Amino acid sequence: MSVVKTEVPAGFVPVYTRPKSLSEKRFTYCPGCHHGIITRLVAEVIDELGIQERTVGVAPVGCAVFLYEFFRCDFAQAAHGRACAVATGIKRANPDLIVFTYQGDGDLAAIGTAETVHAANRGENITVIFVNNQIYGMTGGEMAPTTLPGMRTVTTPEGRDVRLTGYPLKMSEMLAQLDGPAYITRQAVFDVRHVQMTKKAILKAFRNQLEGKGFSLVEVVASCPTNLRITPAEGNRWVREQALKYFPLGDLKVRD
Amino acid sequence: MKVLMRGNEAMAEAAIRAGCRCYFCYPITPQGELVEYMARHLPRRGGVFLQAESEVAAINMVYGAAAAGVRTMTSSSSPGISLKMEGISYLAGARLPAVIVNVMRAGPGLGNIAPAQGDYFQATKGGGHGDYRLIVLAPSTVQEAAELVMLAFDLSDRYRVPAMILADGMLGQMMEPVELPEPIPLERIPPKPWALSGAKGRDPNVASSFDLDPHRFREILRALWDVYREIERNEVRWEEYETEDAELVLVAYGTMGRICKTVVRRARKEGLRVGLFRPITLWPFPSEPLRKLASRVPVFLTVELSAGQMWEDVRLSVEGRAKTPFYGELGGVVPTPDEILSEVKKHVGG
Repeated sequence: MSVVKTEVPAGFVPVYTRPKSLSEKRFTYCPGCHHGIITRLVAEVIDELGIQERTVGVAPVGCAVFLYEFFRCDFAQAAHGRACAVATGIKRANPDLIVFTYQGDGDLAAIGTAETVHAANRGENITVIFVNNQIYGMTGGEMAPTTLPGMRTVTTPEGRDVRLTGYPLKMSEMLAQLDGPAYITRQAVFDVRHVQMTKKAILKAFRNQLEGKGFSLVEVVASCPTNLRITPAEGNRWVREQALKYFPLGDLKVRD
Repeated sequence: MKVLMRGNEAMAEAAIRAGCRCYFCYPITPQGELVEYMARHLPRRGGVFLQAESEVAAINMVYGAAAAGVRTMTSSSSPGISLKMEGISYLAGARLPAVIVNVMRAGPGLGNIAPAQGDYFQATKGGGHGDYRLIVLAPSTVQEAAELVMLAFDLSDRYRVPAMILADGMLGQMMEPVELPEPIPLERIPPKPWALSGAKGRDPNVASSFDLDPHRFREILRALWDVYREIERNEVRWEEYETEDAELVLVAYGTMGRICKTVVRRARKEGLRVGLFRPITLWPFPSEPLRKLASRVPVFLTVELSAGQMWEDVRLSVEGRAKTPFYGELGGVVPTPDEILSEVKKHVGG
């Protein structure tokens, strides 16, 4: 895996640097993919809270499968969909650790639905970052549980037909109905303002864990330009104009 | 001091005494008493009891707790163990120690809740995907069940290989007097520098079974198989009973091994020279001692509560040096000593 080398020319003062919680490994995400922004935001939050030495991440199966390479934190690689169960085991074994999962829509909302719902319902004191890009990215652009109606994927070549394959699964709305979770929010990163809002949400989700408040999930509606076969700029527009119709932004549950 | 305990309860108590700090489960018969015992006792003794939403979740919680460095266990019965197989493969791949108890019932499918031994292949040959093995221990009495649970935690930690207790419904439900092993003080459990405890003053630890590079992954697996070979050299356990002059040796494990001991006693009373070879580790299978025995014993009658699974390992060990007939029962039916004895008589003393 290649390494990022940053050299500061003489006379320059760096004002924007790599978070300490990130390793020097180069991200494996595609150009224009929102994962890179979200991964970085998680690292910035870990830095700001000063918790890198007690944080354990749980990596999913999907485009973020190499997450443990990117962070300078202890990490568990979970089986597809099982991150919330693995995180439960880590947190219960050692409650002093700060445990987070980072999962895509296939991982969290299809194969891992049960693990996610029940971890949320137990109010498991963990932080969940849920990247909803409406597609299976790593395997080649298949239909996800969150794929929009009419949206073309390699397994819905004519567009998702809701009569055959159902509707986009609104995981955050479902979880917000439960008594267990402390914080369920939906954010996006298609422009600077929303990046800042997402960071605030991630910060809150980690702070909740530090304060023992319980299950906190930040869904980030993201774009996968590679599999949508569009440019990064069109990807940002896609999120704003298409995805947010089904996945409106905002807090769905806040327990203080 | 001996106490009267059910097999399921004795295994639970032994796990707590072995230092099990986290136990994750999903209800299934015939191991319910193990779950209940843990629910009552583990939290009071400083551990974590958590009933998961599924077997899949339970084994992945085990994965998390094992990665965090504590002694951890789950238990189930055959259909539930099938669901755990994904997680077991990941545990094996990530080199995480854990103990899995399988109180076997009859299958395939939902089958029934009567004792059976149809999960031998699943336990000893893989079960989950990929090139891995489990340490598989097969108790035949409640006393041995308690002792092997303690041993399973030790071996699993020592080799960083998950260990399975392969019991059956008979052993789980049966009550017997047990001399419980002394508890292991937590500070005596060797430290786990690889555990996920927070990357403080060291490089990050990662629990993973993932490597995209075939050559690098091959080296990881070769190292894993070196460990398996070491286990094969060091940890083979078996019991021989009345084999010295035997003309026929019964090969049986677990509950069936125990019943076959009764068969040997009855056969001896009738003047038949019959012995018993009882594997205690099903993996590693005691191939060498069995092969040695085959140089002087002409018949090995394998008896199982299955259609013949361990039988394959018996034949592979004996390598044609002796006759290897089979007698088994299916569907949760347990043969009586008399039935087995009449089978024995077909092969000796005639």
